[in-house]
Amino acid sequence: MASLSPPHDVTSQAAQTRRRNRKVGLIGLSMALGMLALGFAAVPLYRIFCQVTGYGGTTQRVDGATAQSVQVAARPMSIRFDANVAHDMPWNFKPLQTTHDITVGQRDMALFEATNTSDKPVTGTASFNVEPEQAAKYFNKIQCFCFTQQTLQPGETVKMPVLYYVDPAILGDEDNKDVEQITLSYTFHLNEVQTSPADAKGLDRIAAGS
Amino acid sequence: MATTADQFQGHVADHGHDHGHDHPGFFARWFMSTNHKDIGTMYLIFAIIAGIIGGAFSGMMRVELAEPGIQYLDMFAKWFGAENPDFTTTLHTWNVLITAHGLIMVFFMVMPAIIGGFGNWFVPIMIGAPDMAFPRMNNISFWLTVAGFISLLCSAFVPGGTGLGAGTGWTVYAPLSTYGSPGPAVDFGIFALHLSGAGSIMGAINFITTIFNMRAPGMTLHKMPLFVWSVLVTAFLLLLSLPVLAAAITMLLTDRNFGTTFFDPAGGGDPVLYQHLFWFFGHPEVYIMILPGFGIISQIISTFSKKPVFGYLGMAYAMVAIGVVGFIVWAHHMYSTGLSVNTKMYFTAATMVIAVPTGVKIFSWIATMWGGSMEFKSPMIWAIGFIFLFTVGGVTGVVLANGGVDDNLHDTYYVVAHFHYVLSLGAVTALFAGFYYWFPKMSGKMHSEFLSYVHFAVFFVGVNMIFFPMHFLGMQGMPRRYPDYPEAFTYWNHIATIGYMVMAASLVVWFVNIAYAFLAGRKAEDNYWGEGATTLEWTLTSPPPFHQFETLPVIEEAAHH
Repeated sequence: MASLSPPHDVTSQAAQTRRRNRKVGLIGLSMALGMLALGFAAVPLYRIFCQVTGYGGTTQRVDGATAQSVQVAARPMSIRFDANVAHDMPWNFKPLQTTHDITVGQRDMALFEATNTSDKPVTGTASFNVEPEQAAKYFNKIQCFCFTQQTLQPGETVKMPVLYYVDPAILGDEDNKDVEQITLSYTFHLNEVQTSPADAKGLDRIAAGS
Repeated sequence: MATTADQFQGHVADHGHDHGHDHPGFFARWFMSTNHKDIGTMYLIFAIIAGIIGGAFSGMMRVELAEPGIQYLDMFAKWFGAENPDFTTTLHTWNVLITAHGLIMVFFMVMPAIIGGFGNWFVPIMIGAPDMAFPRMNNISFWLTVAGFISLLCSAFVPGGTGLGAGTGWTVYAPLSTYGSPGPAVDFGIFALHLSGAGSIMGAINFITTIFNMRAPGMTLHKMPLFVWSVLVTAFLLLLSLPVLAAAITMLLTDRNFGTTFFDPAGGGDPVLYQHLFWFFGHPEVYIMILPGFGIISQIISTFSKKPVFGYLGMAYAMVAIGVVGFIVWAHHMYSTGLSVNTKMYFTAATMVIAVPTGVKIFSWIATMWGGSMEFKSPMIWAIGFIFLFTVGGVTGVVLANGGVDDNLHDTYYVVAHFHYVLSLGAVTALFAGFYYWFPKMSGKMHSEFLSYVHFAVFFVGVNMIFFPMHFLGMQGMPRRYPDYPEAFTYWNHIATIGYMVMAASLVVWFVNIAYAFLAGRKAEDNYWGEGATTLEWTLTSPPPFHQFETLPVIEEAAHH
């Protein structure tokens, strides 16, 4: 059929151009949509990337069995502790020790103390980070209050433990050869302020007290 | 056989159609336009209006920065509708000014002018096409851009946290743009970016389709004028980078309004992710603004040297290389976010690589002029000014590319000086060069060459007075984004403010020139630049007919680039 149509047929040429335009246009559109999808896919990809590489100070999480098998090296290391709360978090939160002197590979426990200063039960989650960042992939936590959400009743104070060690592999890492101190930092974020019966009780207590 | 009959009838109908819509009414012609030249004209007028507004904001900033202390911000806060502004509200007004200036100049002045304006006007003509591939989508692109601009202007009059308007900077970083800025102002700003972004993506698809499918017989890709090449590369950059911005600001919007925590550590998000996404868009964006300028400069240098561009293929593929490498250097905007040493080393090296294709372009322009029969008409003067100003900005770019140096210069006026040399001076100078090159073609009236020279001289002195001292201020440690500074910085800040007034005076000359052209300008000939102008727009009348190339031109083997 194509050979039958005249070579200078403007209309068929126009129709053909329209078809080709639609094809290229759709390819362009799908490229744009693909990049849009990639933009959103960046969220989980970024998280996985940080967890795997310790990028941006993301610490590593190990179980107790793995931790048992770690050899203690002779190299000393100072660990500094830092605690913060987010701008809307009604808690006091502090480390109970400024620094710990440990040896690389040795398991150690640090304690943090949190007090709910509000009159409502508050649930929070701690985010965490180490500095210098290149040490993050060697900073292993066996147990941490930051793995789960924490709820504090009004006025309640609790001690929160972290069980951790520094992987001896850090000694073979060129980027970490000058590292003598690692700072472990936590920030508590507000998840939820509960308005349960406990909340009503809290209000009663204040009413009774005043 | 039925097919043949249909085609025949279609052919007849097509002819009847052709004579029907030659003289649409005012509303139909300008509001429902599908004509690439009319849409291009509207983009240019829109960009001029947006540029005046964005430029006025920079004037407000310069007047405040003329002396240390806060002198005028109170008054500006009242202009935006704040009653008895306190100190915080006053400072918020500063943030609104820097935000609005950045967003307007990037999205509503440079991009509409250089891609929407000159791209729409001359890409179809230069490749010998009757119009764009999707004329109606072209119309939607333009009006989406206008709607986006209106949304941005609306944001200035609604609450944005500590005062009226969005005060987030053009980068809209979280958490300042999330829980740091309650109120609808930032939402309006994000909506503005969504609208103009959608318009630009459609425009990009339109350009890509037009350039791939609608070239006249004989116009191969390797014969296209360099301006068309530049718009093709730019369209791909838009297509691949803008959706990432769309994703990032959509996540901002849901973080702000629907309780998601993409960028909030409280729910496991990370604000730095926003910066990665933003700059994955943001770095190609700076090439989106400058590449079409490269194309315009190539046409002008070639025309007024009366010889083809030196190293045509090298010039075309240098732009492709700049576009490709532009996607893998984004974190050089983020050296201070705590990147590891190795990451900084990579981004430093990759960024410096861009100097190579850019150098190819600069030297090829010089080589084009070398031995050419040069004529210093107004577009050529502007083009040579562009080469100088862009090279200064490029050199400071190589300085800033170093991760170690940037630790010191990050967020200082040195950075402000750098990107204004490549954009405010580079892209805008290219825009003026293109304006004087093509204005008589578009309007049919000659401008005054004398006034063009005056415009250039005053503008050149003015912009250098504004931005060159900023290098000194930055190296002395003056930070960006503050309305106040210590006494020690007074001298150069004062000079920069005087420079702004000089630059503003040059714009008066420009407007007088436009008025002169329309009131008393000579009628422009078809090819008023003479033998050096060899691209297809010079084969048409000035202004070109409402519909050009009803019979497609055939490009001969010997045609110039």
